[in-house]
Amino acid sequence: MLFVSPFLLAFAFAIAAPLAYAAYLSLFRQGLVGGNMFVGLDNYRRALSDTLLHAGLIRVALFLAVQVPIMLGLALLAALALDSGRLRWAALFRIGIFIPYAVPGVVAALMWGYLYGPRFGLVHQIGTHLGLPLPDLLSHSWMLASLGNITTWEYTGYNMLILYAALRSVPYELYEAAEVDGAGEIRKAVSLKIPALRQALLLCTIFSIIGSFQLFNEPNVIQALAPGVISTNYTPNMYAFNLAFNGQEFNYSAAIAVVLGGITAVVAYAVQLWTNRQERAL
Amino acid sequence: MSTATTAPDRSPERPRATPSRRSRPRPDRPRSRASTSLTVAMGLMLAYTLVPLLWLLMSSTKNSQSLFDSFGLWFGHGFSFFHNVHEVLTYDNGIYVRWLGNTVLYAVVGAGGAAALAALGGYGLAKYEFRGKRAVFGAVIGAITVPATALAVPTYLLYSKIGIVNTPWAVIIPALASPFGLYLMRVYALEAVPDSLLEAARIDGASELRTFFTISLRLLAPGFVTVLLFTLVATWNNYFLPLIVLNNPKWFPLTVGLSQWNTQTTGPQTGATLDLYPMVITGSLLAIVPLVVAFLLLQRYWQSGLAAGSVKQ
Repeated sequence: MLFVSPFLLAFAFAIAAPLAYAAYLSLFRQGLVGGNMFVGLDNYRRALSDTLLHAGLIRVALFLAVQVPIMLGLALLAALALDSGRLRWAALFRIGIFIPYAVPGVVAALMWGYLYGPRFGLVHQIGTHLGLPLPDLLSHSWMLASLGNITTWEYTGYNMLILYAALRSVPYELYEAAEVDGAGEIRKAVSLKIPALRQALLLCTIFSIIGSFQLFNEPNVIQALAPGVISTNYTPNMYAFNLAFNGQEFNYSAAIAVVLGGITAVVAYAVQLWTNRQERAL
Repeated sequence: MSTATTAPDRSPERPRATPSRRSRPRPDRPRSRASTSLTVAMGLMLAYTLVPLLWLLMSSTKNSQSLFDSFGLWFGHGFSFFHNVHEVLTYDNGIYVRWLGNTVLYAVVGAGGAAALAALGGYGLAKYEFRGKRAVFGAVIGAITVPATALAVPTYLLYSKIGIVNTPWAVIIPALASPFGLYLMRVYALEAVPDSLLEAARIDGASELRTFFTISLRLLAPGFVTVLLFTLVATWNNYFLPLIVLNNPKWFPLTVGLSQWNTQTTGPQTGATLDLYPMVITGSLLAIVPLVVAFLLLQRYWQSGLAAGSVKQ
């Protein structure tokens, strides 16, 4: 159809072709004496036993398990607060909390990196002022939490707005009925609003999962501020990037990109399936 | 598929073209007593989002020395803001201005193009029947879960094969396809453009394209602005892909350029002899202003567009 074809053309060049090319490349290996050699699934076998890749995957999985619930929990609370009608200056909060979304991830990482840093960071200044020995947030043990804070800062407002928009579509009559039954704001939130948010929460969760697996910008920028802490395989995406551009291992890097895309799709799909099953069980 | 219709906006600044004509307006909720503790809790959250930005603003007025020895959330000694801006804009023959121009180019062509293609495609999927429609829609939904950065390395490999790496096309072409934008526009078109209106236009003898441009496009406006803003954010903030497909600083967008300045300042290669901190900070501030302003000015459009898209599955 005439209207859809321009999109399909862009889709082919931007998404379909690179995916297909990656899948194709992943089946070869660069020979020592020039030319690519067909090696079948060898690159995937290598990925299965690659401890550097596994370390990155485990790191983002840990990140996912901790950061996403915190962020979505905060976003949910904020959305419920906005919708409760008991908040002063709601419009100010709505736009103010959302604003970090418009800040590029690179800028957010630079800014927080400086704030964390020992040289002129705010955290350090406050610590010195109060005489408290605050930890070095760019050190090994704190790095993942520090990165989690950056992404939480960036995306809580965005998720809040999606949930808030969904809340506003709940028919008003439902609330009226609940109020007649004597339900307070908290009761309404728990038994009416949160169930109504199922679909929107699922959407937010899936987008957050995708975001976590492709974590790259923040650690890559922070790496300049804490070179010893963030390794070249800190996240799977950083690993694929460094394999391709510092190690010239394009074929293996393509295989990792395919694996990464596959894992993300499977996890996102599993979350969706699980939610649907829960829904049917109700 | 949920059957819920979009919520009419309760706020007075509701744009006229929301696709809510079929749903009954929700009466204004009686203003219950404002809760102070709730307001304070949200105030804390607002402080969390705004304090780093305040720090950035304050730091952009300081010189290097001041950055190190004055409190982060207040002015330092001396006011170097204009000096810093001048430095940022003129350093290295005004490379920052060039990066800004590149970013605007990528954002306008990439995001504008993506939103236009999504609007056309979403409208086509919503309003017409054609062979392979289900397959198209299935592919698009599947593509939403493909992480953009997992595509970046393959994109580089493919584009270097056809010889367009290190040109603006390598950044613009991948930005043009927005599966989520298409999905959002389809949902929006289903709601906002009544079939009866299209039927009437057809009887009057208008061609399908003419109908789209004179009638449907106007109804799709809030959805279009929403998709445009989100694709704008995606291209303006894009870092991974340009980092990979460009190695000539002349074509860098702001994100890649700023991060390069940061590496030069603190990176081990240079031994941190180059002091670019005030420039990275002021350059960062300047880089976020356009998007923040766009979001504030277009608030009423994207908030209603978001409401339409996010609640439907």
